[in-house]
Amino acid sequence: MNEIITPVLNLLNRMGEMALFLFEGFRQTWHSRRLPGKVLRQVYVIGAKSMFVILLIGLFTGLVLGLQAFYAMSMFGAQGMLGSLLALTLIREMAPVLTAIMIAARAGSAMTAEIGVMRISDQIDALEVMDINPVGYLVTPRLLSSLVAFPLLTSIFTVVGIFGGYLSACVLLGLNEGRYFSGIESSVTLDDVQGCCLKAAVFAVIVITVCCFQGYNAHRRSDGKGAEAVGNATTSAVVMSCVLILMADYVLTSFLL
Amino acid sequence: MNRQAWDISIEHLCGGYDGRLVLQDFSATLPAGTVTTILGESGCGKTTLLRLLLGLNRPVSGRILIGGRDVSAMSEAQFRKMRRRFGVLFQDGALISSLTLAENVALPLVEHTGLPRKTLRDAALRTLELVGLDNFADYYPGELSGGMRKRAGLARAIVTEPPVLFCDEPTSGLDPITAAQMDQLLLDMKACYPDMTTVVVTHDLGSVEHIAEHVLVLRAGKAVFAGSRKELSTASDPYLNRFLHRKFEESRRMAAPPLDSAVRGALAEWLDD
Repeated sequence: MNEIITPVLNLLNRMGEMALFLFEGFRQTWHSRRLPGKVLRQVYVIGAKSMFVILLIGLFTGLVLGLQAFYAMSMFGAQGMLGSLLALTLIREMAPVLTAIMIAARAGSAMTAEIGVMRISDQIDALEVMDINPVGYLVTPRLLSSLVAFPLLTSIFTVVGIFGGYLSACVLLGLNEGRYFSGIESSVTLDDVQGCCLKAAVFAVIVITVCCFQGYNAHRRSDGKGAEAVGNATTSAVVMSCVLILMADYVLTSFLL
Repeated sequence: MNRQAWDISIEHLCGGYDGRLVLQDFSATLPAGTVTTILGESGCGKTTLLRLLLGLNRPVSGRILIGGRDVSAMSEAQFRKMRRRFGVLFQDGALISSLTLAENVALPLVEHTGLPRKTLRDAALRTLELVGLDNFADYYPGELSGGMRKRAGLARAIVTEPPVLFCDEPTSGLDPITAAQMDQLLLDMKACYPDMTTVVVTHDLGSVEHIAEHVLVLRAGKAVFAGSRKELSTASDPYLNRFLHRKFEESRRMAAPPLDSAVRGALAEWLDD
């Protein structure tokens, strides 16, 4: 029985610690000095530096979706609905989920490694003895900047994805442009866009909390010490972020539909 | 605060990591306004003691009194307020790797004052000048040598002019000239701030010779000597004698090479390959 209860209790304990960590991250918004500058810097690190990969993934996602949907809908003579299908798929699901996963892999892993190295090289202890709250200094700017960067990148992903769908369906396969864009216009509502932004914001909080928490507690890991612990923390951060994004996506979709 | 205010008393302190006690029933006094060096062989608890004094680890039992105030009876907020008066030089400097030296040195001022950027940078440059690094103000820690990082760490530790300065092995891993410069820097600091209580954790006997006014020697988590440098040099304790004159323990002498013939054979095969 202990083999079942102990891991479950450990998991619950970890989740509780993570929730407190998140709470402290937001609480420090009112205590951190010179926060706007730090947030802007993190918007650049998380947002601007992830732009290229988001453009690339968005474009190819749109291209593939356009291609697959065109042939699938041809079987029922419903190519005219392709624009609606593609836009709704992107806005409601693909864009927020894929953007969050890509940022977790690119910026999230870097965040975990950076904070983990700071932990094992006494840099976080140094912050503490200087009476600088490490969570306020390291986590709060990242949390706030992600609330800006994730929705922005998700929007960019959506626009580029719709353009990719246009390229494959209209330019390559000859679908009428007007039908494609009027389908989008008639089916996408403000609720869809708001739901997309809400998902992006929730995923932002998940990715930043998980990645920062794993790096911050790298020294407490039982599966390694020093550099190995940082490596393992980085792997855990990306895997856990992806799993939690998909789980949260299901819960959010259930409420939004 | 007057000079007497910043003495450090440690009473029956027990502490360690993950249930393993490194310091056991440790008691000592570090006088105010003096340079105290904490000596001892590797693993004897010097850094653990420093971490306990800094509040980075919690003691299992015992009391720490800093400036006559019981640290363990303080609330977290009260202790954090007191810790603002500490300057700390960590073993490798512990500089924030994403900030330049000037930004690192200015960090405590940036985070705790609303001073304009130019004033902060000027303060950082003047402090870096004190440690001979003003020409490297815009370098990142990763671009500097170990000695330079330690000096920059010292600059950051003193930029708030703290009445208590803790240094963890400031000369370890440094060449003799750089180590001597580091010692001189601590002495210069002492001349600039005569009331500063300085605690230096080291196992560098040369440093002790140069800078120590008061010496504390640790062995296996306990204090085996506390007194002046002169008293230390005349101490008759066999352990201290061995420590000070770098005499090895007979029981730890290598009686025979540690590798057996099978390992040596495999190594020879690899070397000849």
